[in-house]
Amino acid sequence: MSILIDEKTPILVQGITGDKGSFHTKEMIDYGSNVVAGVTPGKGGKTHHGVPVFNTVREAVRETGAQASITFVAPAFCADAIMEAADAGVRLICSITDGIPAQDMMRVKRYFLRFPKDRRPMLVGPNCAGIISPGKAMLGIMPGHIYKQGAVGLISRSGTLGYEAASQLKALGIGISTSVGIGGDPINGSSFLDHLVLFDKDPETEAVLIIGEIGGPQEAEASAWIKENFSKPVIGFVAGLTAPKGRRMGHAGAIISATGDSAAEKTEIMKSYGLTVAPSPAEFGSTVAKVLQSA
Amino acid sequence: MDVHEYQAKEILASHGVEVPPGTVAFSPDQAVYAATELGGSHWVVKAQIHAGARGKAGGVKLCRTYHEVQQAARDLLGKRLVTSQTGPEGKPVQRVYVEVADPFEREIYLGYVLDRKLERVRVIASKHGGMDIEEIAKNTPDELLQVIVEPAVGLQPFQARELAFQLGLNIKQVSRAVKTIMGAYRAFRDNDATMLEINPLVVTKDDKVLALDAKMSFDDNALFRRRNIVDMNDPSQSDPREAQASEHSLNYIGLDGEIGCIVNGAGLAMATMDMIKHAGGNPANFLDVGGGASPERVATAFRLVLSDRRVKVVLVNIFAGINRCDWVAQGVVDAVRAEKIEGVPLVVRLAGTNVEAGKKIIAESGIPIIQADTLAEAAEKAVAAYQGAK
Repeated sequence: MSILIDEKTPILVQGITGDKGSFHTKEMIDYGSNVVAGVTPGKGGKTHHGVPVFNTVREAVRETGAQASITFVAPAFCADAIMEAADAGVRLICSITDGIPAQDMMRVKRYFLRFPKDRRPMLVGPNCAGIISPGKAMLGIMPGHIYKQGAVGLISRSGTLGYEAASQLKALGIGISTSVGIGGDPINGSSFLDHLVLFDKDPETEAVLIIGEIGGPQEAEASAWIKENFSKPVIGFVAGLTAPKGRRMGHAGAIISATGDSAAEKTEIMKSYGLTVAPSPAEFGSTVAKVLQSA
Repeated sequence: MDVHEYQAKEILASHGVEVPPGTVAFSPDQAVYAATELGGSHWVVKAQIHAGARGKAGGVKLCRTYHEVQQAARDLLGKRLVTSQTGPEGKPVQRVYVEVADPFEREIYLGYVLDRKLERVRVIASKHGGMDIEEIAKNTPDELLQVIVEPAVGLQPFQARELAFQLGLNIKQVSRAVKTIMGAYRAFRDNDATMLEINPLVVTKDDKVLALDAKMSFDDNALFRRRNIVDMNDPSQSDPREAQASEHSLNYIGLDGEIGCIVNGAGLAMATMDMIKHAGGNPANFLDVGGGASPERVATAFRLVLSDRRVKVVLVNIFAGINRCDWVAQGVVDAVRAEKIEGVPLVVRLAGTNVEAGKKIIAESGIPIIQADTLAEAAEKAVAAYQGAK
């Protein structure tokens, strides 16, 4: 098994006819993802990479039964696209877009509260590399070939650092059940915790690697929950030990602005809650291997 | 993006927040003219820099005569002001703000911040203004007041009223404070601010409520729809390397080590810096060339990193996902040739798609590039090259 997506998940692509949307749609189809629809307002009725295109998400969902969407929509319009997908009944929305204003995301999160908890959509991202269940399906922009299918769950804020981890694992023959990029924005859809809950229930996942970075409370929140509730071993890492205070390190959310935001503090918190911390970003693979052996 | 105090006050005033009369000046003569135009008998001359703690650093001067105003402006303009928030280099003072100084009775703290945990705007207030919020939180944590804004409806007047009464204001002051609290919220919301601090907000003898100092930061992601804020940008306040980088839409942060870094992806860039430190070296910068890492961007990145004279070694770490290692390798080789990079050891680590083809291009280029296979090896080789070059 895997979490969030598999080869059957019917996927729709918002912004399918744009340069990026088009390129990655083809990559996803080639990987084996079940892409059933695309949406570009004004291009309804056409087909793109053999996929029917619709003007609205509602129409696409009605006609194709799409359950997951991925947004390749410009930052100024992306909050709207996410809410459109949510309103049309899409239950998993993955937003690749980098550069959505924080206040727009605040409104998106508020909008999601109108759905009762058991029907609230899961938003992954924005500003993320997406989701991959290796060997099954990809809902994202990652290079699929660096992931080996297996039993480790991976959750990472950064895209490329997630790639680094996946390839270190593959080099040691360790595979991944599902890898989720939760994104680098200060206000994001789902957190480490949301996906840990799913990995906990996934019988195929034996251990989870979580890769955080400076800024925000989500690593600490997840660590506390792990100690109380999580039954599988968790390996953690926080990037940005050398990052100066008060400076935005590329990601809009990677900034040390409050107590508990720094990599040193978060690393300490992880350790205090019993996580195994990778000593350096070059040791994701070896640390996971050690933990799996002793488990 | 940050703005100067006088700009933050302009924004606040346009949303109904009362501020003392003041004018920005670029020369001592302009400062005197400003004082004569403003009238009154006392003025403060304040250095305009993108950092706080100016008062303790001598950046705020109280003046009783035009002559003192001129002297204060002369003392400040053209200097670099070092405060506890600027770092040792300080920030250049190119503008001063001349403001009428009237006596006040009380100092209040009023702040707005986008709270990442709550995913809402949080308004914070305290009776004990005039010192920084960390100090207030440490000294009088129980007296810290706050309200959370419901994003669907925005800040409501009752919330502002509750805060005002809790601050111990009289009824006349309360109605003015409510106007201030609501106005400042609109200034925050309508300009996509991420932080707004009025510290102190003062109450005068005649019950006026005035923003005596103001600080605002804005969401870079929202600048596309905030032309008015972009127009306020003062590039003199950023590191010149960072200003140059942002012109090429590269993410660059200058640090003070010797190993220059060119990396794709923010997380991997941070991890590369961490790895250099782990291997016993010091990174000279954070630089994310972006997912594409096109040859043009790699060339620009080289120029930028090498403009820092402290850089003794350059480490390129590219994890090719959608792009391919052979393209990136060709970009690196072309950039090294075009920029005539000599005398600086270059360590390149490529990983991901088409890695073998990429390595071959570098090996056959005839350029003395040190290749590495893993992140650890790259950092170790960069640090060794630095120690060898030293």
